[in-house]
Amino acid sequence: MSEFTEDSVRAEVRAWLEANWSSELGLVEWRNKLADSGWGVPTWPQQWYGRDLPQALQPVVDEEFSRIGAIGVAKAGIRTLAAATILAHGTDLHKEKFLRRILTGEDTWCQLFSEPGSGSDVAGAVTRAEMRGNKWVVNGQKVWTTSAHHAHWGLLLARTDWDKTKHKGLSYFIIDMHQPGVKVQPLKQMNGHASFNQVFITDAEVQPEFLVANVGDGWAVTTTTLMHERRGADGLRTWAMGSDRKGRAYDEERAEIATTMEPYKWYPQRAGRVDLILQRARETGHLADPVVRQEIAKLLILSKTGEWTARRARAAQALGRPQGPEGSLGKLVSSHVARAAARVHTQLSGADALLSGPASTLGGTIAEILVSVPATSIAGGTDEIQRNIISERVLKMPKEPSVDTDKPYRDVPRNTVG
Amino acid sequence: MKFSFSSEQEEFRSNLRRFLADRSPTKEVRRLMETEAGWERDAWRKLNAELGLTAVRIPEAYGGQGFGFGELGIVLEEMGRALLCAPFFSTAVLATGAILNAGTEAEKQALLPGIAAGDTVAWVEDPAHWDAAATALTATPSGQGKKNGRYKLDGFKSYVLDGHTADLIVVLARAPGSTGADGLSFFTVPGNAPGLSRHALQTMDATRKLARLDFKGVEATLLGQAGAAAGPFESTMTEAAICLANETVGVAERLREDALAYAKMRVQFGRSIASFQSMKHKQADMLIDVELAKSAAYYAAAALDDGDDDVAAIASLAKAASSEAGLQTAIHAIQIHGGIGFTWDNDTHLWFKRAKSSEVLLGDAHRHRELMMQRWAA
Repeated sequence: MSEFTEDSVRAEVRAWLEANWSSELGLVEWRNKLADSGWGVPTWPQQWYGRDLPQALQPVVDEEFSRIGAIGVAKAGIRTLAAATILAHGTDLHKEKFLRRILTGEDTWCQLFSEPGSGSDVAGAVTRAEMRGNKWVVNGQKVWTTSAHHAHWGLLLARTDWDKTKHKGLSYFIIDMHQPGVKVQPLKQMNGHASFNQVFITDAEVQPEFLVANVGDGWAVTTTTLMHERRGADGLRTWAMGSDRKGRAYDEERAEIATTMEPYKWYPQRAGRVDLILQRARETGHLADPVVRQEIAKLLILSKTGEWTARRARAAQALGRPQGPEGSLGKLVSSHVARAAARVHTQLSGADALLSGPASTLGGTIAEILVSVPATSIAGGTDEIQRNIISERVLKMPKEPSVDTDKPYRDVPRNTVG
Repeated sequence: MKFSFSSEQEEFRSNLRRFLADRSPTKEVRRLMETEAGWERDAWRKLNAELGLTAVRIPEAYGGQGFGFGELGIVLEEMGRALLCAPFFSTAVLATGAILNAGTEAEKQALLPGIAAGDTVAWVEDPAHWDAAATALTATPSGQGKKNGRYKLDGFKSYVLDGHTADLIVVLARAPGSTGADGLSFFTVPGNAPGLSRHALQTMDATRKLARLDFKGVEATLLGQAGAAAGPFESTMTEAAICLANETVGVAERLREDALAYAKMRVQFGRSIASFQSMKHKQADMLIDVELAKSAAYYAAAALDDGDDDVAAIASLAKAASSEAGLQTAIHAIQIHGGIGFTWDNDTHLWFKRAKSSEVLLGDAHRHRELMMQRWAA
């Protein structure tokens, strides 16, 4: 790949964009051009809509897109995890059928991993898939499924063999969400929003060719998806910004973002809104209180050092150095920041923290912070699981002795929740 | 760069780490901490001749190596990790900073090459106070002093780093009758000046020696402009806070690593205690504390090198973060060691005490959080 240089890549992408980009194209039409040219996902393989570009040169391409104002491929939501998983484990048929429509944004995806009885312990899934005739038939219940209500396809983890051990009995499927056996119900959260769904699966069918990898490989494939989810978590947490420019492509992108990001609209509050703290302290007259000042300072130090630690991790990555421990800490640090921020917001609000709704402080934003922050230390891997990951993978500490991995899964004690 | 070290810096760090591990094993730390001086001139001179450590941040024009605080921070972090017993912080951070920040060109030419060569040891203002306005030591022009820059010092300084062994003393004093930031000047005094009596204090951290110095009509030479030391003093304290933050993250990382190694080795209830979730979660929390404090210390050193306008607030942020992380890590490290961690023969207490003394030196976390808030939320 030594033929790529920053200058040659920049010149080539710039010339292509100048010849092809127009804000009056339809969004799907434009993204099909991106897929055909390989500039939409240049680090992907040439055979599959990419150009085999080294990761280090991606920023050059991004700069040229933003210079001319060109829209990129569809990136938000679970579809990027689907693409990464299919690229790693999918057949040519999967790549042929799914990748282009992921890039154009025509298809929306969801992830069917968690179940009422298996949260942190995702490999404890009991949704079953059985071969009946020439089709897989699926029965079970999934939960915490973002975007399930408008997804076309789901990434499904299901148990295919109860006589094998926990991790060996799982398989991974791509399931059509638009079929009678799949029922989606919104799940209302403690903050009043319903960003996630419960999915009830009753005799739903999966074509045999939509099995990903082999029967029994489900856990390895799931690990790939989860790894990409963790890696992309920072990106998902940041608010997707549409352009305010005029033009058909921009209009269509704004509509797409509004739909995709709708479930995430309370996410800034969930992170604690540290950005509001000094302004609130001034408004409430608490800036002169030495006790509050100490609490604010602690929060700002935590938040700043967390941000700098994330930037150390990114700098190491950009230099192609092996990731140090700083790369694994972000999720846990963001929990600490969110909790500390909620505490200070409460201190600053006093009795106003008793209220909620549009008539309460900042149109209900403060109230929403206070009842959304608990999600930060649970969603996407609880703080406890993060600590296990850090201690086992980074610090190389031994796992706890296992009691559920060395016998047929049908003999392992499980939750009775259906 | 605020977020990564260059390959040269990484190489410098790993060489230094090897070197200090060899020269400053715990046996040597324990031997030196039992002496009143706390360090030995021959060993220190040799180490300096080989590595040029006191010269790191002195400009080449004054016989130094001309590196920045990025490199000085690496030196301090590695010294913290090795708990090197040497008059480095007093000489290379405090005194060197005061001379560079306050001194005239001629004074820098006269004083710095000696420090760069490792011969001269010096200290500056009572580092327990941080606050120039609290200075009480008086400097009275002596005879025709206003012409030749000679003064007489009266009063005392305490908590003075390496004060009882310094060859040259850099000291902050005020004109009689002046208050606050006015009337403050730096002076130099030979360590053996008549009228100066020096007493080693018994310190909680035996690897960091402190002294009380009493001045009775001690002849002193003005350093820099008379009455204009407040600004240079503040700059020196900002640098010192950042340097101490870097030293402390070295201390904290050593404590964390030693506790981890011990947990992996120790067996109770038929299994490695490192396999218990309570231990694993504690270790994960320690890693976060140390890594966040490192980010602060590195960012602050780079801010100094970049001439960042916000450096005083960032210095206080780094000092507060490292004080808390150092002490918290030390507490966890003792706890993970259990009973053996509370014994004198186990080495953990050596770093625990350094973390404890660094928590207080130059002002504790509460003080620095307040200083940070004064700059960010005035």
